[in-house]
Amino acid sequence: MDSALFIHRLHFAFTVTYHYLFPQLTMGLAPLIVALKTLALWKNDDRYNRAARFWAKIFGINFVLGVVTGIPMEFQFGTNWSHFSQWAGGVIGQTLAMEGMFAFFLESTFLGLFLYGEKRLGQKLHWFSGFMVFAGSWMSGFFIVATDAWMQHPTGYLRMTDGSVQLRSFWELVLNPWAWWQYAHNMSGAVITGSFVMAALGAFYLLSRRHQEQAPIYVRTGVIAGVIFSILQLFPTGDGQGRMLARYQPATLAGMEALFRTQPGAPLVIIGQPDTEKQQIDNPLLVPKMLSFLTYKRWNAEVKGLDAFPKHDQPENVPLLYYSYHVMVGLGTIFIAVMVLSIVLLWRQKLFDARWALWILMLSFPFPYIANIAGWMTAEVGRQPWLVYGLLRTSDGYSKMVSAGNGLFTLLGFMGMYTALSFLFLFLIHREIERGPEPAFEVRLKPPAYEPELAEVR
Amino acid sequence: MQTLWFIIVALMLVAYVVLDGFDLGAGIIYLVVGRTDEERRTILRAVGPVWDGNEVWLLAAGGTLYFAFPLLYASSFSGFYLPLMMVLWLLMLRAIGIEFRSHLDSPVWRGFFDVIFSVSSILLAIFFGAALGNVVRGVPLNNDGYFFEPLWTNWRIGPQPGILDWFTVMTGVLALATLTMHGALYVAHKTLGDVNDRARKISLVTWPVVLALTFISLMLTMRVHLDVVDNFRRWPFGLVIPVVVFASLAGVLYFASEYREKPAFLCSCIYIAGMLGGAAFGIYPDVLPAAMNQTNSLTIYNTAAARHGLAVGLVWWCIGIVIALAYFTFVYRMFKGKVVLEEGVGH
Repeated sequence: MDSALFIHRLHFAFTVTYHYLFPQLTMGLAPLIVALKTLALWKNDDRYNRAARFWAKIFGINFVLGVVTGIPMEFQFGTNWSHFSQWAGGVIGQTLAMEGMFAFFLESTFLGLFLYGEKRLGQKLHWFSGFMVFAGSWMSGFFIVATDAWMQHPTGYLRMTDGSVQLRSFWELVLNPWAWWQYAHNMSGAVITGSFVMAALGAFYLLSRRHQEQAPIYVRTGVIAGVIFSILQLFPTGDGQGRMLARYQPATLAGMEALFRTQPGAPLVIIGQPDTEKQQIDNPLLVPKMLSFLTYKRWNAEVKGLDAFPKHDQPENVPLLYYSYHVMVGLGTIFIAVMVLSIVLLWRQKLFDARWALWILMLSFPFPYIANIAGWMTAEVGRQPWLVYGLLRTSDGYSKMVSAGNGLFTLLGFMGMYTALSFLFLFLIHREIERGPEPAFEVRLKPPAYEPELAEVR
Repeated sequence: MQTLWFIIVALMLVAYVVLDGFDLGAGIIYLVVGRTDEERRTILRAVGPVWDGNEVWLLAAGGTLYFAFPLLYASSFSGFYLPLMMVLWLLMLRAIGIEFRSHLDSPVWRGFFDVIFSVSSILLAIFFGAALGNVVRGVPLNNDGYFFEPLWTNWRIGPQPGILDWFTVMTGVLALATLTMHGALYVAHKTLGDVNDRARKISLVTWPVVLALTFISLMLTMRVHLDVVDNFRRWPFGLVIPVVVFASLAGVLYFASEYREKPAFLCSCIYIAGMLGGAAFGIYPDVLPAAMNQTNSLTIYNTAAARHGLAVGLVWWCIGIVIALAYFTFVYRMFKGKVVLEEGVGH
């Protein structure tokens, strides 16, 4: 592999993976915070208002990190992938510019109002600014997913004489069926992260017998949202995404399943390590004919294996693709199990006393992060060797003028910077969790024996 | 159509420099004007609700540039690779400095982020000025419209220029002086007491520096880039621009010494818009002139996206800008007047 190409790929992969640790939580928490705020207004219950306020703080820290690590993403299209940008800018410039015009302005305006303006705005306007932050972050998500979806399944474009592409139909670009399935699947994944984190922190407080009045709200909200979106993640969104793949990227599907040979009644691999030299799966655990059924809804349908595609059109890294896909699906299945179990206990009013179940909820919060990242890796590794599927190869898209040495320099710079940011982030989040939600009004009326430094600041 | 998008992108960049310019400027004078924690929080409170929105203009302008002139975006971003990456790091540090400073009430924590915020603001101002200098001076474009510049070579204008040479260093210093004055006027406009007094003094001290550098840079630009005069000859109404520049600069001095902070700040806005507008007027229809071989220059014609895309973009851009302006009017109204530290969370 040409080393400059490798560095530029690693550069983008590293920065985007790190970046997406934050938006998946903010996009996931935003609707939950709006739900809490709505409950507060609707039931006129201050407990929900305090819950919303506490989660807004966690949201705020994550949002800053999301913005800060997101700016390099827009720049890297030009800095590290200039040939791709020149080639495709006539089309995806639309969605990327629209993100700036419609989502960024909206978010930046209302975030400050939502985080710091509760007193100044009054309750209804405060709810509205929270809702706008939610709308902005989900809109931003759409434009980015639509851009990626165009790279996965290009629509609405026109090929020019110099080989580049230009916009032919705006609506085909925005209404790309791939974009809508991918968007639904992605946003549902984000809400899963949000709900697991919320439930996990509630479980932590319950287990450590702190904030006993607030913690059940977090667990309940997290579990209810978690069960809904864990199921939506599988059906219909995951299923719809899979059908898109089967239809438009059959080689990717074969790579995800590590299906080396074309066969009717293809089995679904649950566990096993693909051996690309011997073209087989070691110690496989298979469900016979399941892959054929899931893909085509017929038990004996023929599924194309990797051998159906010329070598230079096959995914380059089949083991990585296979693992990221299987990690995502495996974890997704576990999420449904955990959340269904929790909701049954919640329904029977036993969840808050079932310490073993709270332990499970508390410890499971890292896994949605892994599943979301693995899902994106499936999409991006699966698209290889294409940068824009069927039109532009990854090896033709990077900045030819930027040498491997210069690329490595900035990659190392980002690694150092992000390491420092990670410590800062963990420290601040830890501090918010230790501080916890503000106490109820009656408690606050007591003389402030706690946190004397706080009284000093204000 | 290409000309229209050239104007749009230029206007968005002007909006960025005028708006983010004052919070960068507030960062530049931050350590000097804000001596106590309370004073520093006052300055942060003055820019706190708006700085993020101001910076969005950079992202929106970048996105619009990408959309309207893909080759220009691709060529300039990869050619200015190193300084852009450093700008990114500085933007990140600065955002962290502003947003995380007030999370902890410890002099060590706050002092650390104060320095981060101020130093990154200073360096950003210099970088942006040097970037503009590079665009005006021209870059070593090849036949495909690409180039790559190291940070510096021999500090001279020649066939192998670096990002930094004597000309771009000068534009960097000019930008630093301008934004110092601009930020000081904003801080003066938004505050009372000692902070107001010190900020106003800084603006008056930097004023002659800005005037001198403006004059020198105009003279030098005409030597470095001979064609800039052509456009002013072809369309003489462009001569209004230098008149506006010097008139607004005079306005800054007049109003600032009269303690009329708002008009002084507005004059400074006009001055910046005039300088950038003049630069854009001078290089048009080039967008990135070639340093050596003029035929390799990137123009609005050879970099623009196709007509249909540009026409479609005009529709959503108009909708988007109206909404964005509404947000800005709302936020600036909401936080208008002098900053008074009050109880509650925030900066």
